[in-house]
Amino acid sequence: MEIDTSAFTEEAYELLSELEASLLELEESPGDQDLIGRVFRAMHTIKGSGAMFGFDEVAEFTHEVETVFDMARNKTILVTKPLIDLTLAARDQIRAILDAAAGGEPADKENAQRIIQGLRALLPGAGGAPAAGAAPTSKKPPAQASEDEPHVYRIRIKPSPDIFANGTNPLLLLSELRDLGEECQVIAQYDKLPPLENLDPETCYTSWEVFLTTQKSENAIRDVFIFVDDQCELNIRLLDREEVLGTDVQKIGNILVQRGDIPEEVLEQALKPIGDRLVEAGAVSPSQVKAALAEQNAIKSKRDKKVQAESAASVRVPSEKLDGLVDLVGELVTVQARLNQTASNRQDHDLQLIAEEVERLTGELRDNTMSIRMLAIGTTFNKFKRLVRDLSTELGKKIELTTEGAETELDKTVIDQLNDPLVHIIRNSIDHGIETPDIRIKNGKNPEGLIHLSAIHSGASVLIRVEDDGKGLDPEFLTRKAIEKGQIPPDSQLTDKEAFQLIFGAGFSTAEKITNVSGRGVGMDVVRKSIDALRGSIDVTSVLGKGTVITLKLPLTLAIIEGLLVQVADELFVLPLAAVEECVELSRRDISNAHGRHVINVRDEIVPYIRIRDRFEIGGTPPDIEQIVISDVEGKRTGFVVDSVIGQHQTVIKSLGSNFEHSEEFSGATILGDGTVALILDLSKMVRYVEAEEDLSEPAAA
Amino acid sequence: MGKKIMTVDDSSSVRQMVGLTLKGAGYDVVEAVDGQDALTKLKAAPVDMVVTDLNMPNMDGITLIKELRALPNFKFIPIVMLTTESQAGRKQEGKSAGATGWIVKPFKPPQLLEVIKKVLG
Repeated sequence: MEIDTSAFTEEAYELLSELEASLLELEESPGDQDLIGRVFRAMHTIKGSGAMFGFDEVAEFTHEVETVFDMARNKTILVTKPLIDLTLAARDQIRAILDAAAGGEPADKENAQRIIQGLRALLPGAGGAPAAGAAPTSKKPPAQASEDEPHVYRIRIKPSPDIFANGTNPLLLLSELRDLGEECQVIAQYDKLPPLENLDPETCYTSWEVFLTTQKSENAIRDVFIFVDDQCELNIRLLDREEVLGTDVQKIGNILVQRGDIPEEVLEQALKPIGDRLVEAGAVSPSQVKAALAEQNAIKSKRDKKVQAESAASVRVPSEKLDGLVDLVGELVTVQARLNQTASNRQDHDLQLIAEEVERLTGELRDNTMSIRMLAIGTTFNKFKRLVRDLSTELGKKIELTTEGAETELDKTVIDQLNDPLVHIIRNSIDHGIETPDIRIKNGKNPEGLIHLSAIHSGASVLIRVEDDGKGLDPEFLTRKAIEKGQIPPDSQLTDKEAFQLIFGAGFSTAEKITNVSGRGVGMDVVRKSIDALRGSIDVTSVLGKGTVITLKLPLTLAIIEGLLVQVADELFVLPLAAVEECVELSRRDISNAHGRHVINVRDEIVPYIRIRDRFEIGGTPPDIEQIVISDVEGKRTGFVVDSVIGQHQTVIKSLGSNFEHSEEFSGATILGDGTVALILDLSKMVRYVEAEEDLSEPAAA
Repeated sequence: MGKKIMTVDDSSSVRQMVGLTLKGAGYDVVEAVDGQDALTKLKAAPVDMVVTDLNMPNMDGITLIKELRALPNFKFIPIVMLTTESQAGRKQEGKSAGATGWIVKPFKPPQLLEVIKKVLG
């Protein structure tokens, strides 16, 4: 019989990334019991559900790792770097096993053995030798592994009144709970019980509070209620948490409030006389009492919020469904624009009112839909912690990665495609940017290098910055290298900014020797291509000896573009507004002043331009005064000449389909309100295209 | 005298496996081959609990549960459904019809007994 394992693998992958993040955090604060608990729980869940879904190899392997980590949880062994290294390796191994099950390469069994032996060597009394019988290879029941000192739980059970209709006997659940632990106190709450004449024997009026001391986990308790989880309000609270035991036993009033038995106001009322009496006795001032109450409130509300946030509900939806929704909303936006246009053409007031209402709703629907696809970039950032850690160890460098703006949200598609470029950039920073500790000390720097990863919103874009405090880029060196490789003419005079752009050339590498990490000259050109594909841009600034900052500017979403609608003869085009800097007029006089060259003087700056009419061979005569849309294309100002600028236009991007996949100058198309199609220009590709053609026709051009 | 449990399944091998497991644990077992058969037999002689498959000819498990819950004798007895579909939808349908719990096939005898103990005591 087939069992659907995708739910398990999906969950397992998620748990693995959580595991990794927790381990890396744990490395920074090895004593944090919370983190140790998190690591342990993640492994425990993987093991448990792995066994259930037939992933015996995962279950057995994870069991071994978990056993060792359990010792750390019980403080039998300390959390050390070797332990974290091995557990990280184990995490990778589990991933490999899962990948293998999904049809990937088979996992390396010897590696698994090495990890397990390494872990066993950490156990007390192991002495480095493979501990004979220290951890039996046969599977143990999961419950046994979670055994540690017993905990006290408060379990509130409030069955729905109709629970008997399903043949459930709540008393059996209570006795099952009783079997879980050594001490169990059950208190029935029967205040809802009506007088006998009103009592319906088929209705459940009673609820229970159970105080259970058990070695079992909260999940084991929840398992008791597996058949009635939708018919039962269940509230489980660990009463002897560290922070509770650490402080004094709470006052009965506080407990009543926390249990929700009396509202805070009542407690306040009841407590007031004490404060008043103290004030009367001259022991405290009224403001002191007030402050103490405020303090109590503050802490309590903070904690309540935390609990609330933890249990915040969310729905998991396959991303294809979201993509479908976005597509449909895109269609709707297009149709709505047509509705608006039709309504205004008809001059029908009633229709216009409806169209306006539809416009408002469509706008909200669009924004909402887009926001659903937004994910915080934090998970991507977290992955880099591991990268930095591993690479810096490999290269013998000390590097700290700090992040900022992890909560910044971006479209899921953008985030997915951002991973590889960021990996390249960070690798480069680690390999070429940050110096080895001895060189850093010699240069008067902190031996520990710093890479700062940040994300912030800026208008309709997100800026992602990778900063390092390494040796920086040397513009002269870059220029020399590029000349050596014949990538630029020998007598080139480049500004610093232009020189920095050289690193994005295909095959460009400044590394003296090729390392495992980078230096093969593939990388930054790929980075630029990926960022182009995302309709983003890259900016590099660097101070020699101080460090480098690489800034990626990315659109919030790929489905919608803020565009500038322009017209050439009867053709309409959309230019991405993010790149547009200004619009200036191009008169006949400007053209004759330039003596046949396609450049214009804008406030004493010479800006080259591309005539869209010529480029696409559109016929007709241009108007006397044309418009130049000046855009920032890869750090260079470039103009695009059009007949007229119609205005700003928010458009839904439609892909051109396979017939036009080679038309590189367009990134897509959009449908306007009246049904006309406007092509969206890919500015950087256009510029590169034109440059390439000019190079061919006039090879001597400087 | 042990409690009496009815196992309803069109597959004789499942009936046999459930039957042997339950008898081994000291329960009395009666068998039915589909919902219709079960309903007829149960009306003649009530039991303490029903374990039923969902997909069966003549009358499926969900209908059986609904029919049973409408009879005074079976309003509150535990009814456990056997389901291959681990999907929540099928379980939910059964729960709404009045099922007490479920066992996802394939299962092993100890798992069956665990569930029986949970709902029958």
